[in-house]
Amino acid sequence: MSAEAPALARLLLQQEIEDFLYDEAELLDTRRFEEWLDLFTEDARYWMPMRRNVPHDDREREFTREGADVNWFDEGKDTLGRRVAQLRTGIHWAEEPPSRICHMVSNVQILRAAPAGPTPAEVAVRCRFLVYRNRVETETDVLVGKREDVLRRVDGHWKIARRRIVLDQSVLLAKNLTFFI
Amino acid sequence: MASAEPGGLKGLVDVERGIISREIFVNEEIYRQELERVFARAWLFVGHESQISRPGDYLTSCMGEESVIVCRDRTGRIRVFLNSCRHRGMKVCRYDEGNTVEFQCPYHGWSYGTDGALVGVPFAKDAYGAQLDRSQWGLIEVARVENYKGTIWATWDASAPTFLEYVGGYKLYLDLLLDAWDGREGGTEAIGGIHKWLIPCNWKFPAENFSGDRYHGVSHRSVDMVGIGPSGRGRRDMQERNEARWLDVSFPELGHSMIAFLRKHDSPLAPAYQDAPVVADYFRHCEEERRRRRGEYWRLFGGPGTMFPNTSPLARQPRTLAVWHPRGPHQTEVWRWYFVDADAPAEVKDFLRHYYIRYSGPSGLTEQDDMENWNYAHKASRGTVARQYPYNYEMGLGRATRAFEDHGLKLPGTISDVTEANASENNQRGFYGRWRQFMEADSWTGLMAP
Repeated sequence: MSAEAPALARLLLQQEIEDFLYDEAELLDTRRFEEWLDLFTEDARYWMPMRRNVPHDDREREFTREGADVNWFDEGKDTLGRRVAQLRTGIHWAEEPPSRICHMVSNVQILRAAPAGPTPAEVAVRCRFLVYRNRVETETDVLVGKREDVLRRVDGHWKIARRRIVLDQSVLLAKNLTFFI
Repeated sequence: MASAEPGGLKGLVDVERGIISREIFVNEEIYRQELERVFARAWLFVGHESQISRPGDYLTSCMGEESVIVCRDRTGRIRVFLNSCRHRGMKVCRYDEGNTVEFQCPYHGWSYGTDGALVGVPFAKDAYGAQLDRSQWGLIEVARVENYKGTIWATWDASAPTFLEYVGGYKLYLDLLLDAWDGREGGTEAIGGIHKWLIPCNWKFPAENFSGDRYHGVSHRSVDMVGIGPSGRGRRDMQERNEARWLDVSFPELGHSMIAFLRKHDSPLAPAYQDAPVVADYFRHCEEERRRRRGEYWRLFGGPGTMFPNTSPLARQPRTLAVWHPRGPHQTEVWRWYFVDADAPAEVKDFLRHYYIRYSGPSGLTEQDDMENWNYAHKASRGTVARQYPYNYEMGLGRATRAFEDHGLKLPGTISDVTEANASENNQRGFYGRWRQFMEADSWTGLMAP
């Protein structure tokens, strides 16, 4: 093995994961929701906590807890699938006519990859997102934050096994969350 | 045209004919008067006891547009203060919740105890000498606070009636949210986390929707097709409602209302929560207990309602309490608490928590569509021409009774039985009639019937 091999493998993995995240954003922004849903493992978790204003040394209370508190989202693939089905009914008025949505993904950092080596089976990846929604005439929302995903290789393809969405807002400034982040 | 002087609202709110002007939703001057005449006088919901269980615990909340601190003082008493320093007005607390021994203003450093007393003034002796009478400069406190079955309410108006007088006969219906499902008094708790979000509409759109709008089935047809209910279909378990009498209950003299269901006196236990055997068992057990404890009243089940002016209990799963905070005539900030039986098994609480989240609020498959409707109903009502044409609230005019009885069970309120009609606007008329009284009456003497 050459001295550069581990560095090359890391670069290739970085590129592979970034490609995956950009492809996912493309599916969402082109409203290919069923294909997007296929990117999730059957046991996937999709969690978006709420944020509280608390003293700087009380980090624990800053976020609502997964599996215990009320959250913006705290669900699995079944509920995600119902959201996709609702978007397809044609009478989900909050997305009819459909919003114009754009997902920007950046600052992609691979936090863990296991097992070590050129083809890990699972990676933890963090990124920043900016989701822009514009609908009807002038209604516009901009949601910015961080995402932490656990991606798992299933039959040679990356799947999302777990997503934690950290929105940098306390009071949600959008009237609803009819779109995926 | 938009005056709230006595008699001035007559042409804007005519509940006898069921005609209400769009001006009351979009007019800036009417909104300004609402803040004074409604929100500075009425009893308002400010928080849940479970959020401030220990001395020194606090949360920041709102009354109308204004920030308040809801705090348990050192002696354990619940206090509610305006969140504004007496010196230059800075918010003395910008955290959502926490525990403290004092609130120190970050501007000039005046500090206040958990009882609101001014306890610290920098350079007090040198800069003020004997001039400053600290006893006169504590945090501004509400006139009254009430802890009702864990829910905390407050009013700025010392001449307001007691909380229980303000609730009146509506207590029976409010209790459907706050009592345990098995019929025990109290016994509910709020799940951690408060949904907070903005809707671009006047606060009265959601308040009247929750007051008794059974008519907006078309809003939610998409979620009914997809199915998020606790038995895997529709958006709710419908079985018990399908064999019940549908009652729109209003207290027009108080402004409170609720959608209610009265099961038949001989109706069997209804199947529900078919997706989760543990949950199904729990509710079957609760219903048996409820029948034993409540006598004939076991048959009464609640739904969405509104307690005047801006607090909406939803007394069946998803059991919630929503507050519609006014943020100018064109915007509402919603705060939403979710309730479960405190003694329910963890699995039941978790099942319900998931159901509540997928049903309610900005991420809820049901309520997302409500926000769209309120948003654009409001927007399309702001125009110069649009304002000239009132909304129609004629549905079910003249059909309500004050003497409702079913197999010997008498229920309080002005009640419209809509089992056949499907819907009425009995409750909305009651809400706006009361709103007009608040806007017109100068004192509580005129607001509370003897």
